[in-house]
Amino acid sequence: MGHGRRAGEQVQGAAACGRVGAPGSPPLAGGSGPRSRWGDRLMPRLLLLLSLVSVLTTIGIVVTLISETAVFFRQVSIVEFLTGREWTPLFADKHFGILPLLAGTFLITGIALLIAVPLGLGSAIFLSEYAGDTARRILKPVLELLAGIPTIVYGYFALNFITQDVLKRIFPDISVFNALSAGIAVGIMITPMISSLSEDAMSAVPRRLRDGAYALGATRWEVAWQVVVPAALSGIVASFVLAFARAIGETMIVAVAAGSTPKLTLNPLESVQTMTGYIVQAALGDVAHGGIEYSSLFAVGMTLFVFTLVINLLAMLIRSRFREEYQ
Amino acid sequence: MIDLKRPTGIAGGGVRVPAAHAAPAGGAAGPQTLAAGGAGMLDRARLRRRRLMDRAFHGLSFLATAVGLAVLALLLMDTVREGWRHLDWQFLTSFASRRPERAGIYGGLIGSLWVVGLAAPLLFIVGVATGIYLEEYGSDSRWARLIKINIDNLAGVPSIIYGILGLALFVRWLQLGTVVLTAVLTMALLVLPVVIVATQEALRAVPASLRYASYALGATRWQTIWRVVLPAALPGIMTGTILALSRAIGETAPLIAVGAVTYVRFAPRSLFDPYTVLPIQIYNWLVLPKQAFKELAAAAILVLLAVLLLMNGVAICLRNRFQQRW
Repeated sequence: MGHGRRAGEQVQGAAACGRVGAPGSPPLAGGSGPRSRWGDRLMPRLLLLLSLVSVLTTIGIVVTLISETAVFFRQVSIVEFLTGREWTPLFADKHFGILPLLAGTFLITGIALLIAVPLGLGSAIFLSEYAGDTARRILKPVLELLAGIPTIVYGYFALNFITQDVLKRIFPDISVFNALSAGIAVGIMITPMISSLSEDAMSAVPRRLRDGAYALGATRWEVAWQVVVPAALSGIVASFVLAFARAIGETMIVAVAAGSTPKLTLNPLESVQTMTGYIVQAALGDVAHGGIEYSSLFAVGMTLFVFTLVINLLAMLIRSRFREEYQ
Repeated sequence: MIDLKRPTGIAGGGVRVPAAHAAPAGGAAGPQTLAAGGAGMLDRARLRRRRLMDRAFHGLSFLATAVGLAVLALLLMDTVREGWRHLDWQFLTSFASRRPERAGIYGGLIGSLWVVGLAAPLLFIVGVATGIYLEEYGSDSRWARLIKINIDNLAGVPSIIYGILGLALFVRWLQLGTVVLTAVLTMALLVLPVVIVATQEALRAVPASLRYASYALGATRWQTIWRVVLPAALPGIMTGTILALSRAIGETAPLIAVGAVTYVRFAPRSLFDPYTVLPIQIYNWLVLPKQAFKELAAAAILVLLAVLLLMNGVAICLRNRFQQRW
């Protein structure tokens, strides 16, 4: 191995050598002649070229975000953007303080995690430690169905069921659009992500650790909580962090159910706006013609991108840095 | 072999045999007990508490799982209750309308088919090529490492960011406007990582012995990939592609960002026609205050879920049908 790209450029025997470690002499039956040589010379380059699409996507995202954000900061000071307490870019009296959008985003994400962490971890423990094989084989895919439901459907559910049929009865003066219903729906949406990834991490804990604990007389719960969970902790925490990133970037649920009033509040019964919610609201207007509304969209997008990037990198770090390796 | 995951009694019964230090087999004392140290009431109470905890958490963790299932059931029931009345042939074949009783999802359905149908070949070619390069040629080269890290990161980027990329790149810079082509390109970029990762996994699952056999017959590296490895990995790749497309069919946010929310009363006829898609139609109805439109949204959701179920069913069938045990 390790010839990397160059191995593919040489023909026949050498190519086989790269992967298989077979003797480097050319094979006796020489393929179908020139055509095969062409394939071996051309294809690696063509494939590399096509795989650059994904790199170009990243470059495209970064370049557009940075260039449009730069346009934005030519008109709005960074200090105002980061510390301002009012966000009214679509009004006549424009203010560009992102704090209300951040407050809305983290309020909803917080509610979502409060719901998803216990539910997700609970189901992961049930599936990996308590459930029998048959139950797991049926339950896991069914739970993963929840992850495959489009988020617009959760938006409908939050607005029409969670708010109308449930929360209205508990809090009669809740507003139609509120952070709580959106937070609950986002929480339900990310639960399968936590349960599935945590369950994978817990299943990877070797059986002999459990057997050792059982042999000492531990109960199943003690094995789960004191042996398996600590051993799988890096994977479990990484699943929380990834779910967190997913919740921050969730758009349709909050656009439908949380409302569009940017507000610095911690009251979950009020209508708020998130970063993603603002992007939707601005995109629904006539932004295609430029102006400060158009570039504000990219400034908010940039903030969102930086947050999710940092969180995703954190998850990668946790997984690779604190992983317990078993053989 | 005794299944130690469900301990039988080997650990010794602490309860009925108080001086269980040395007694190896309590047998009847039930599954999960500690060989309790010294005898006495205290240990017995502790043991009872530990077993109680175990039972309580068994119940709680089951409850956590059940909540997920219950929500899924509630969601489906609520949508069916609200939407089933509108589900008829007229609903499937009419365009959007200001009058709820005449409105339908034809435009959205055809639009979704256009977007997904055209994104599929793009996605397949670029995704599979990247997967092959990373698995078969790249392995350790610097490019391959860079692309791998890049794909990991792309998979975590929120979909709305792809939307504003599409807005800046395709709508504004390339001056394409809000047409089918913009949606196709944006969606293809969005779900590309899914296809790449699926391709890599499918290729990795092809056993080395197949490659050895091919090389031993004198095939070159590319011949081996094209005629041996790829056909063997194809079912897995197809499954991944279908799952990626089913994700694309449900995505709403990026298309809102590229400006797809418009009142469209016709189906697109070319790449450069305006369009609407099913989830956007649902969104349009959801934000209207009238109850009748909420019901239309519910009916459209039922159609969307049926389409998704169909696609997932096909993916699972493909996997089961062609899955080979090596």
